[in-house]
Amino acid sequence: MSRIAIVAALLGLLAVAGPLAIWGGQPYLAFVLTRLMLLAVAGVGLNLVLGYCGLASFGHAAFIGVGAYVAAIAATEAFTGSVWADLAAATAAGAIAAAMVGAISLRTRGIAFILITLAFGQMAYYAAISLERYGGDDGMRIPAAALPADLTLYGLAFALLAVALFVSHQIVHSPYGTILQGAAANERRMTALGIPVGRYRLAAYAVSGALCGAAGALQAVHDGYVSPGLMAWPRSAELVAMVLVGGAATTSGPLLGALAFTALDEVLSGWTDHWRIAFGVLLVAAALIGRGGLAAFVAGRRE
Amino acid sequence: MTAALLAEQLLNGAQLGVLLFLIAAGLTLVFGVMDFVNVAHGSLYMLGAYFAVTLVGRTGSFPLGVALAVAATVVVAVTVERLLLRHLYRRSHLEQVLGTFGLVMIANEAVRIVWGPAGLTLAPPHALAGQVSLPFGIEYPAYRLILLVAGVAVAVLLAGFGRTRAGMRIRAAATDATTLQALGVNVGALATGVFALGAALAGLAGGLAAPIVSVKVGMGESILILTFVVIVVGGVGSVRGAFLAALAVGLIDTLGRAYLPDVLRHVTNDAAASALGPAISAVLIYVAMAALLAARPQGLFTRGQ
Repeated sequence: MSRIAIVAALLGLLAVAGPLAIWGGQPYLAFVLTRLMLLAVAGVGLNLVLGYCGLASFGHAAFIGVGAYVAAIAATEAFTGSVWADLAAATAAGAIAAAMVGAISLRTRGIAFILITLAFGQMAYYAAISLERYGGDDGMRIPAAALPADLTLYGLAFALLAVALFVSHQIVHSPYGTILQGAAANERRMTALGIPVGRYRLAAYAVSGALCGAAGALQAVHDGYVSPGLMAWPRSAELVAMVLVGGAATTSGPLLGALAFTALDEVLSGWTDHWRIAFGVLLVAAALIGRGGLAAFVAGRRE
Repeated sequence: MTAALLAEQLLNGAQLGVLLFLIAAGLTLVFGVMDFVNVAHGSLYMLGAYFAVTLVGRTGSFPLGVALAVAATVVVAVTVERLLLRHLYRRSHLEQVLGTFGLVMIANEAVRIVWGPAGLTLAPPHALAGQVSLPFGIEYPAYRLILLVAGVAVAVLLAGFGRTRAGMRIRAAATDATTLQALGVNVGALATGVFALGAALAGLAGGLAAPIVSVKVGMGESILILTFVVIVVGGVGSVRGAFLAALAVGLIDTLGRAYLPDVLRHVTNDAAASALGPAISAVLIYVAMAALLAARPQGLFTRGQ
């Protein structure tokens, strides 16, 4: 099964499943599927940097959080009164935050890059805690009047996922995407060819932040609530784990990862209170065994 | 803003600094020698603290309890390293983080099962429970002072250890492990040794910190990121860099939180200061790190490529 076919099949299922669940009186299923799609959008964003650029960024929860807070604050203060404007603002905020973080952290390589992106993520977390006006440590609720209906939200999340997958696919298969992947394979050679690798990576980092910001905005609206916990570093690590388990540098990877994590979350937490142990064991096993993730497994080949 | 208060804040900052150093020293060696990203290092600190609470309670002696807690942490760490982690040394950084993050989840949940979800406390030893009078009329808790002294003593011991044959081999492995292996040194065993040393230091930090922090699940994660800042600023693989960076981070963080809101109040109007002060002091350390890295991406104490 080719990877594009996997993505198309999953998108087709999602397009049908949500409306059926809502009309069939299963709102919880639609709720879970919306969360899954938003997780996948953030995963697609992270995959651009993590998979195709080969950059181990561990601060992406911060961009989700920035988008979520911008959307929540805009909705509460009713600056615009339009969900679209709020969503656009959150997307832009995600991109700007990522460009700022990227401008400094992309100067480093290897372990230092991992540690710096982690530190910037934590910086956003503490900045959110100190926002006394917007709930500080406790986070803030979004007034119910500002929240769209379930089906609208499901549609928005679905549309965002489709756009994210399309944009990511177009980028990866453009000359620009080839440069990014070339730089991941051999940065020195790319530089010797006269290509300003840093600038190209920064642009990819900003696009990645924009996708996470948009996902965060819809997640805030979806939960009706935002808190600094969205940005704590284990959230970033979970996102990285999700993309790796799904299959980094593949189109279907983030979607498969989101599917696997959501399914595990729902199934394991139903079995036992201590489900996180099982989850941890699975991650350790994935690290020890895994090459290519679920995408390689489903596509029936290993790289 | 009296001089005594300033001195107390300086001591607090230095004490946070030595605690960070104990955790960072082992981790920077693991990074430097094995090129291994271990996000589960904070869990060793947490385990050290929990073991200390239990073992000090069982033995009735604080030093003995903490020593046993260090030993127990090392046993856990070496077992995990031999069984799992050494298989990850040659893998990509991403797979290393994936695996060690899985270990963080396992450790947190295991602690929740064994010790329960509620936070624990540990009383400092009786002899050190009170305050001591320092020169210039400063009253300071005796236990925190001993913690500071113990941290500096470990730093001195580590500096001496760096000059021994084993220490020399560790430094050699950080520079070029392949050549060291070719010279007939068992680098695999050396890696286990470095990991055990790092675990001992993290366990000691946890045991010593137990009386002054709340011993709870997740305590490792919050301090881990500050440790990472220390390592990046000091330069990956440099113990000397870690010591100086840890002190700088401890002092900047503590003094920033204590004085920055006041300073801001002097330069700008009250409303803006009270809104911005806490926010800026909370992220001050990260801003300082960003500024340093913009100028020197390789950290303070390692040479650039």
